[in-house]
Amino acid sequence: MTDIAHGTQVELDDTPRSTLERVSDWVRANLFNSVLNSVLTLLIAAGIVWFVFPLLRWAIFNSTLMAESDRACQATGGACWAFLGKWGAFLLFGRFPAEERWRPALVLVLFAAMLFMSARRGTGGRTLFAMWVGGLIVIFALMWGGFLGMPYVETDLWNGLPLNLILSLGGVGLSFPIAILAALGRRSRMPAIRWLSVAYIELIRGVPLITLLFMASVMFPLFLPAGVSVDKLWRAEVALMLFFGAYLAEAIRGGLQVIPRGQYEAADALGLGYWRKMFLVILPQALTISIPSIVNIAIGAFKDTVLITIVGIFDLLGDVNNAMNDPNWRHAYWEAYSFAGAIFFAVCFYMSRYSQRLERSLSRARPGGRRR
Amino acid sequence: MAVDTGRATSIAAAQDRSWWRDERVRSIGSQVGAVAVIALIIFYFAHNASVNMARQGIASGFGFLGREAGFGIGTTVIEYSPADTYGRALVVGLLNTLLVSAIGCVLTTIFGTLLGIARLSSNWLLSKITLWYVEVMRNTPVLLQLFVWWDVLRLGAPDKQNPLAILPHVYVSKAGLTFPVPVWHPIYLWMLAALLGGILATIVISRWARQRQAATGKQFPVGWVGAALIVLAPAIVFLSAGAPLVLDVPVPGRFNFTGGGGIEPEFAALLFGLVAYTSAFVAEIVRSGIQAVSWGQTEAAAALGLRRGQSLRLVVLPQAIRVIIPPMTSEYLSFTKNSSLAVFIGFQELTSIVNTTLNQTGQAIEGITILMAVYLTISLAISASMNVYNKYMALVER
Amino acid sequence: MTVQESAQAQAAGRAMIELRNVNKWYGDFHVLKDINIGVRKGERVVVCGPSGSGKSTMIRCINRLEEHQKGHIFVDGIELTGDVKHVEAIRREVGMVFQQFNLFPHLTVLQNLTLAPIWVRKMPKKEAEELAMQLLERVKIPEQASKYPGQLSGGQQQRVAIARSLCMKPEVMLFDEPTSALDPEMIKEVLDVMIGLAQEGMTMICVTHEMGFARTVADTMIFMDRGQIVEVAPPKEFFANPKSDRTKLFLSQILSH
Repeated sequence: MTDIAHGTQVELDDTPRSTLERVSDWVRANLFNSVLNSVLTLLIAAGIVWFVFPLLRWAIFNSTLMAESDRACQATGGACWAFLGKWGAFLLFGRFPAEERWRPALVLVLFAAMLFMSARRGTGGRTLFAMWVGGLIVIFALMWGGFLGMPYVETDLWNGLPLNLILSLGGVGLSFPIAILAALGRRSRMPAIRWLSVAYIELIRGVPLITLLFMASVMFPLFLPAGVSVDKLWRAEVALMLFFGAYLAEAIRGGLQVIPRGQYEAADALGLGYWRKMFLVILPQALTISIPSIVNIAIGAFKDTVLITIVGIFDLLGDVNNAMNDPNWRHAYWEAYSFAGAIFFAVCFYMSRYSQRLERSLSRARPGGRRR
Repeated sequence: MAVDTGRATSIAAAQDRSWWRDERVRSIGSQVGAVAVIALIIFYFAHNASVNMARQGIASGFGFLGREAGFGIGTTVIEYSPADTYGRALVVGLLNTLLVSAIGCVLTTIFGTLLGIARLSSNWLLSKITLWYVEVMRNTPVLLQLFVWWDVLRLGAPDKQNPLAILPHVYVSKAGLTFPVPVWHPIYLWMLAALLGGILATIVISRWARQRQAATGKQFPVGWVGAALIVLAPAIVFLSAGAPLVLDVPVPGRFNFTGGGGIEPEFAALLFGLVAYTSAFVAEIVRSGIQAVSWGQTEAAAALGLRRGQSLRLVVLPQAIRVIIPPMTSEYLSFTKNSSLAVFIGFQELTSIVNTTLNQTGQAIEGITILMAVYLTISLAISASMNVYNKYMALVER
Repeated sequence: MTVQESAQAQAAGRAMIELRNVNKWYGDFHVLKDINIGVRKGERVVVCGPSGSGKSTMIRCINRLEEHQKGHIFVDGIELTGDVKHVEAIRREVGMVFQQFNLFPHLTVLQNLTLAPIWVRKMPKKEAEELAMQLLERVKIPEQASKYPGQLSGGQQQRVAIARSLCMKPEVMLFDEPTSALDPEMIKEVLDVMIGLAQEGMTMICVTHEMGFARTVADTMIFMDRGQIVEVAPPKEFFANPKSDRTKLFLSQILSH
């Protein structure tokens, strides 16, 4: 090999770059690394300035924190946060009796605690299951009342954010039995069972949720024998369970498909019957694998529950619409919707971050995920 | 001994040919049982329903479709008046659903693809802003977004008397978006013919260019030439006739506009709201589709000397499209289903009209059945075409 | 070095590829430290070393799949800079075979081979297909021409990958651990093709752990460790009398089984 003989030694500069140099390196590499990008950066920066400063002025500097109606806010041209002062509690809790508002507030705290505990690593499946079942029972009891000196509150008055959480998380939880049956049924070798499962899943997935809620509010009463009536809320909850069940079934089916055939064969070889095999060996694995999809379904469910307004029950969004009927605050819709939107965003964003983190850790831990 | 009795029991069990242990009998039994249970439930519901409906004096059957509707519809694709039947009203509603879904899916595809590509941009600002747009859209309920659009267009928009002109003669007001509409002129037919001719010519040229490249290796800029033809051919026809363009221009009046065409704020709110929402999901689909093509493919193409544009066109995009199309069609379906939320913001598409019909005639079961049947048909049609596409495009493997 | 000087040097059997004081950083991590290499036309170089030593990074710098921050790289007299024209010219002359094959799954084997000749060298289709079939014969799998990569075994896919690079008639072939992703029984068929190439006089730089191959084919062994070139020697000397302790350690680990 020919060695390259050098007349002069090239000086190597190994000194680490200063912070200023690194910042300018980054700016050059990420914002101005081509003609097109430089133009875009300048346009976007201009757009941000044009948009952000008026926004800040509206939201903070000119905003009104205390007022009796939106006329005061219109005078300053700023945001009407006073609206939240007057209507904030109503938005969150709706027409739940004002003196009993500590009950739905406690429900919110319980939900937050359960979600937080579920997201922590290290809590086992069994503990989680027990916690959710127990938690939902306590929540239900708190809302229902009628014991321990808490007056009974009818379901029509279960409004606001607690309703969204109860309908979505409770609905998804309650739909697990249907979902598991449908998922197993779809993979069954018995044609009648398979066709029934397919029909259920595809029918539900092919129609908008609102049609099912229509069904719940106008058709279900016709199906019940004369004299029997069921609360609007429970009818809607049944419709939601049917709806979430179909999507959950597909998520679980995805998990079932990933499990290697060897698991099924090993369980058969040990002599476990069909149901024991499913409940002791296959489903625990399938459910674990599908957790990210299940969390995504829960997030979607939480957003979908706002449709409950159509049956005459008011959730967080329904309360916002009711508040908008107050002539004093007719023009405060940006403030109202931002409030509701921020709450939805916070919950969904938190859950979706959790789901992404889960997906990453699950794909690492699964057999076959770390081949090298 | 223990082992012997164990074996004896197993052998005895194996020889037990009781019919109720036979696997086939069990299987048939379970199926018959399941079907029977479902049938019983359905029968029970049907019985209760007929009793209840008789008691409440609700008619049954689809005869109501022939009765006069008695309500007006804001946006109609075909002629409709309140004197028309419920049946016709439903058809108008269905056409509205299809109209908003078709236009919406096209807009969503374009906007969502641009967003997805922007997400992958090397410009940090652009990438981050798109990221935040997607996160905000995906984590808030679509209904809330529709309400915001609707309130902005209804309350925030200026009065009809003093509309805001965003372009010359294009107005935004409480009446929605009002714009000039060209008055029909026979030359437009020729322009359409020229457009079709341009498209045909482009197809022919591209075929010729492909053969030429196969024979001699020389490349021909089909893209530029084709685009020029498609744009220039109708333009030339237009100019040759003296550029006849008479616009029916909307003029703001004391109560309303005279002239021009427009779309009502409800339609605009539904369309733009759903496009903004669904584009966020499409952006993620496009982004992950492009990223799904392994980096090694781009490297191999580069190592072979292919330029960036060639490598994208010949190697990356064909593979990315395969990954993108299935979830994309699922978003189209989702868009169509979400158009049913129009019932909350007063746009009269199918769901909204069925709702009105339901309330007026009381025939809930028939109405909801029609509603579900239509959506089910649309969704099955989309799934079926997707399955056909998948079979056709699946990568051939061992 | 100007183009004329390089032509003379080449004629004199000197550098086809030159790396002078090449340095590369990933952020703060100094992955290539002061690399100096010269490869003559027809020379066969094998680069070995522990993982993370920068050997793959080094050869990927040669066809600009990675960018070097300091130093100079010359291929056939053309300097490798950010200039797109230089990069394109170099990529036409340098072929690369990847550890993961990177065949295009949506194209048939034949289409994989003819893609670059048609679109980069602007060859007519028939000529490109004849060339492709010749090369498929050379790697001994002409019957697979109309199959898709997903239908082939790993060894077959890698041979197709080699043929695909050869279709561009490169002056130099770079191999980045070509057999590391293969099942043991398929390694031999790929190495045989590479040995055939070497015997025909192709200039090659090969990153590999296959020491038997190295002994048979290499003119020069290069040992890299932690971003630096530690030892350069002909194989006989390299295996019998390694000078550096690090080389000795590496050889003892790799040759023990």
